[in-house]
Amino acid sequence: MGANLWVNYGEAVAAVLFGIGFGNLLLQKNLIKKIIGLNIMDSAVYLFLAEKGYIEGRAAPIVVNGVQEAAAYINPIPSGLVLTGIVVSVSVSALMLSLTIRLYRRYHTLDLDQISLMIKREGR
Amino acid sequence: MSRKKTEKEYQKSFAYYFFRWLNGEKDEYLGEVEITPKEPYRETEEEKRARIRGKRAIFLRLYGAKKTRAVRAFELFYKAASVVFCGILICLLLLTVSYLPPTGAADKPVNNEVSERYIENGLQETGAVNIVSGMILDYRAFDTLGESHVLFIATITVLILLRLDKKKNDGAGITAEQAELNDAVYEPKSDTILQTAAFILVPVIMIFGLYVILNGHLGPGGGFSGGAIIGAGLILYLNAFGFEKTERFFTEKTYKWVSFGALSFYCLAKSYSFYTGANHLENIIPKGTPGAILSSGLILPLNIAVGLVVACTMYAFYVLFRKGGF
Amino acid sequence: MRVFTYLLMAFLILCAISVSLSKNLLNSILIYMSFSLIMSIIWVILESPDLAITEAAVGAGVTSLLFFVTLKKIHAISGKESGDEQEKD
Repeated sequence: MGANLWVNYGEAVAAVLFGIGFGNLLLQKNLIKKIIGLNIMDSAVYLFLAEKGYIEGRAAPIVVNGVQEAAAYINPIPSGLVLTGIVVSVSVSALMLSLTIRLYRRYHTLDLDQISLMIKREGR
Repeated sequence: MSRKKTEKEYQKSFAYYFFRWLNGEKDEYLGEVEITPKEPYRETEEEKRARIRGKRAIFLRLYGAKKTRAVRAFELFYKAASVVFCGILICLLLLTVSYLPPTGAADKPVNNEVSERYIENGLQETGAVNIVSGMILDYRAFDTLGESHVLFIATITVLILLRLDKKKNDGAGITAEQAELNDAVYEPKSDTILQTAAFILVPVIMIFGLYVILNGHLGPGGGFSGGAIIGAGLILYLNAFGFEKTERFFTEKTYKWVSFGALSFYCLAKSYSFYTGANHLENIIPKGTPGAILSSGLILPLNIAVGLVVACTMYAFYVLFRKGGF
Repeated sequence: MRVFTYLLMAFLILCAISVSLSKNLLNSILIYMSFSLIMSIIWVILESPDLAITEAAVGAGVTSLLFFVTLKKIHAISGKESGDEQEKD
C-alpha cells in the first residue's frame, strides 16, 4: 500500500467508477443498463486521464497576456486526448443503441438471457 | 466550345457510372447483391402470454422441466463471482493508484518536454491562443481527421441498421408507415409551451454554437463542442415544429453533401503538408495576429469543417432513431 | 474548494451506484444525465473548459436524448406497455 491514496482521491474515484461500470456490464441483464455501464467506464477513464494532466495552482492552457512559460499552464495533452474520446464515445453508444432497437424489434424483449434462449430455440 | 454527348456515349462514360453509384442505383452489369431477408420471428399468442408470465415459464417450455437446482446454483455462483471479481478489480486499481505520484504535482513524469514544447512554442508555430485547439488541429490534425471519419462511419452503420424502406418489410415486420404511426403516439402535436420555448431558445442556441465554433482558436471550445451544441439546437427545433419544417432545409442529400464536402476539405487542407516535404510545422498560410478572429492559419476553417460534421452527425443520429431514414 | 470537490466526487459514485440499482429504466437514464452534468463541473475544476463544454453538450444532451428515443422505440417510456417485461417482475 503506497502513501498517496488520499492525495490521489480523483484517481481513486476513477478506479471505483471503473469497477462499478464493469460490475454493471457483468451483473445487469437489461441491455440499456449495460450500455449505461459502458458509458460510466468511459467517463472513469477520461477522469483518470484529466487528473494526470492537472497541476495545482495553474491555469487552463489558453495563453493570457502573452505569458508563455510552461510553469503557468496545466498539461494540454490529456485535454486533447479526452476531447476526441468524448465525441467518439457518443457514436459508440449510438451504435449500441441501434443494435438494441434491432434486437427488440425481432425478439420483443431487452433481457439478454431471454434473447439468447430464443436464439437457441431458433436453432442457431 | 463544348460538345454535348449523345445519350449512348454518356452511358459509357465514367461519370455516368460514378453518379449512379453515388446515388445508390442498381448497376445491372454487376448483378444483384442483396442479402436475403430473415424470416420474421414469430410466436403464438400462447407463447407470448407464457413469456410475459416470467422467466420460469420459458425454462419450462424450453427444457421441459423446472429450473433445475444446478441452473439456480450457477446463477447464484455467477452473481457472487462477478461481485467478488469487481471488488478485486477495484482493490487492485486502488492499490496501483496509491503508488502513483501525487495529483497536482508539477514534477510528474507526465509533464515532460512534449507539453513544455506545446506551451512554449505553440503560439508561434500554430498561431492559436487556445493551446488545446492548436494541438488537436495542427500538431495532431491527422488524429482529428480519423476521428471525424469515425463519426461518419458510425452514422453509416446506424443508417444500415435502422433504415426502413417505404413499403418493403425489413424482416422484423415493421414498415415505414407503422414506424411513423409508432413515432406519433407520444409526439406532442403543435404543443404551445414547447413551441414558444423553442422559438425563444433555438436562435440563442444556434448563435452560441456558432460562437463556440468560430472562437475555437481564441478560447475554450472548437469544432466538437460547437457542433454538438448546434446539433442539439436542431433536435430541439425538430421536436417543436415537426419533420415538415426541418425537411425543408435538412434532408438526406444535405447530410450527404455537407459531410462529404467538410471531410474532403479537411483531407485536402491537410494534405498540403505532403507537398511541402511532409513537415507540418511549415505553414504556407499566414498566421496573422494572435487573438484576431482571422488568425492561426488553417485552424479556423478546419474548426468549421469539424463542426459541420459533428452537427450533421448528431442530428442524423436523432432522425435515424426517430424515423429510420431522413 | 477542496470540500466542494470531495462532495462532487462522492455524488459521482452515488450516481453510478444508483444507476445500477434503479428499477425503472427512465430513472436510470435521468440519473446518468445528472452524472454527466456533475462530470462537466469536475472538468471545470480540473481547468479543462474545452472538455466541460463538450461534456455538457454531448454527454448530458445528445447521449441522453438518444437513450430517450430508444426507450420510446421500445415502448418502455410510459411504463404501462409491456416494453420490458423484466421491469414488472
